[in-house]
Amino acid sequence: MKVMPSPDPSVFERSDGAALDAVETEPAPPLTFQVKALSMWYGGKQAIENVSLDVVSKAVTAIIGPSGCGKSTFLRCLNRMHELVPRTRMEGTVLLDGEDLYLTNVNPAIVRRRVGMVFQKSNPFPTMSIGENVIVGLRLNGVRDKKFLNERLEKSLRMAALWDEVKDDLHKPGTSLSGGQQQRLCIARALAVEPEVILMDEPCSALDPIATAKIEELIHELRSQYTIVIVTHNMQQAGRVSDFTAFFYMGRLIEFGTTTKIFTNPTEKQTEDYITGRFG
Amino acid sequence: MKMKFQTANQHTWRTIKNVLASAATFLSAVLVIAPLGLVFFHLLANGLSSVNWDFFTHLPKPVGEAGGGMANAIVGSLILLGLGSMIGIPVGVLGGVYLAEYGTARANSVLRFVADVLNGVPSITWGVVVYGLVVLRFKSFSAYAGGLALGLIMIPLILRTTEEVVLLVPNGYREASLALGVARWKTIVHIVMKTASKGIITGILLALARIAGETAPLLFTAFGNRFWDHNLAQPIAALPLQIFTYAISPYDDWHRQAWAGALVLVIGIFCVNVVVRILTRGRKISVA
Repeated sequence: MKVMPSPDPSVFERSDGAALDAVETEPAPPLTFQVKALSMWYGGKQAIENVSLDVVSKAVTAIIGPSGCGKSTFLRCLNRMHELVPRTRMEGTVLLDGEDLYLTNVNPAIVRRRVGMVFQKSNPFPTMSIGENVIVGLRLNGVRDKKFLNERLEKSLRMAALWDEVKDDLHKPGTSLSGGQQQRLCIARALAVEPEVILMDEPCSALDPIATAKIEELIHELRSQYTIVIVTHNMQQAGRVSDFTAFFYMGRLIEFGTTTKIFTNPTEKQTEDYITGRFG
Repeated sequence: MKMKFQTANQHTWRTIKNVLASAATFLSAVLVIAPLGLVFFHLLANGLSSVNWDFFTHLPKPVGEAGGGMANAIVGSLILLGLGSMIGIPVGVLGGVYLAEYGTARANSVLRFVADVLNGVPSITWGVVVYGLVVLRFKSFSAYAGGLALGLIMIPLILRTTEEVVLLVPNGYREASLALGVARWKTIVHIVMKTASKGIITGILLALARIAGETAPLLFTAFGNRFWDHNLAQPIAALPLQIFTYAISPYDDWHRQAWAGALVLVIGIFCVNVVVRILTRGRKISVA
């Protein structure tokens, strides 16, 4: 197993045990995900090769890399969404708060309740109103209490910075909103079930710069309460919103560290070439 | 070398070919529409005079007596459609959802093939099968037997249309729902089937329109009945059966009634198709 260069030992070498003593003065931040030696195959084609990565709690981790480098696939391994694709095979472990997501007795639905997801293309349910879209996760998970649902509806929309824009139109179809609003609606929908983690798969790639700025602002605000992992192929975005950055290339994790480090002083030549726009 | 524009001669020949081809396609289009026009024209011309209030509210009169109606056959047909739906809709819809959502590629290709073969089975075959399975065993023609025969015809029709429209639902909605921690079956029922509901209903209506006029499968099962008798374990009247019986009779009175019955049946099926058009109008599933 290839050991990843760890730019900040206090954060990333905790799992080794030995490194802990060295940085006793500064307690290591809690980790949400510990990914160990993860490999993934679609049929016979390997999409991810031996990736180990720790995701720090209540921080934003960005995953960057050229198209087809496995970044989305990696993201989907964090909430078992990749299992929807037939003929996939996975090796390695993914721990969420120390618990293995892939034990045979773990229900993927429960994993996904704790690890929410926002997709590249906004996908509010076309048969539902704005309000119904927000609370659908709760409703389909058996919550019936009207008062509770209404409270959560408002809270989620406020957190997604959408409340003021839609509070009078909650009965209108979710698909009547603009692209950027739809994406924030999808974020509100993900927040409503109160996950611990939010995975974002290129959430702004279909949005204009103003809508993108709103989503980024939102990510900034959500950071204090949620662990966020965002896949983006927009490096400026990764630089703006994230605390940590992982650079993937050809299914491998090339470099991982604080965003400042990756963007100002990358260790690997490949990372530097990608960051500076020499390829990708 | 410079290309010359085509000579006048070539141009004329092209124009002729063009006109011939256009005429052929136009004629074919007319041939497609013509039968519908002919059928409607004949039905209206021969049947309209006999379609009156009595037709819908009265029972058939004995031979020789004028008047009477087909109230029993209309109600009988509705009962048979209801019985058929009780079998055809649940099995067809659930089967179609299974094909689209659960089945493995191998099982699916087998199921699809079987459904397509069943769709091609002549409807009288279903009548004979149900005759052997139900009528002989219970020693009686019955509404149940007729309903079963119609239901069996509906299954593959509804199965295939349901599968098609469920497959049309973009994957993004399934993913969005599953990513909320919603169980798979709830995702399928509340998100996928709800999104596809118009299409599923359309498929059901088309299947109903198709079996409403079926006569052959009812000959050995529902059998027909001239009285106001809607005991489901007994032979039951049906509009197509009544039309058949009246049409092959030697009496002018009955012929007129048969025309009227055919007109009512066709108008009913026409109405169902109009509803289908309204349902499918502007049906747009945005692709995620």
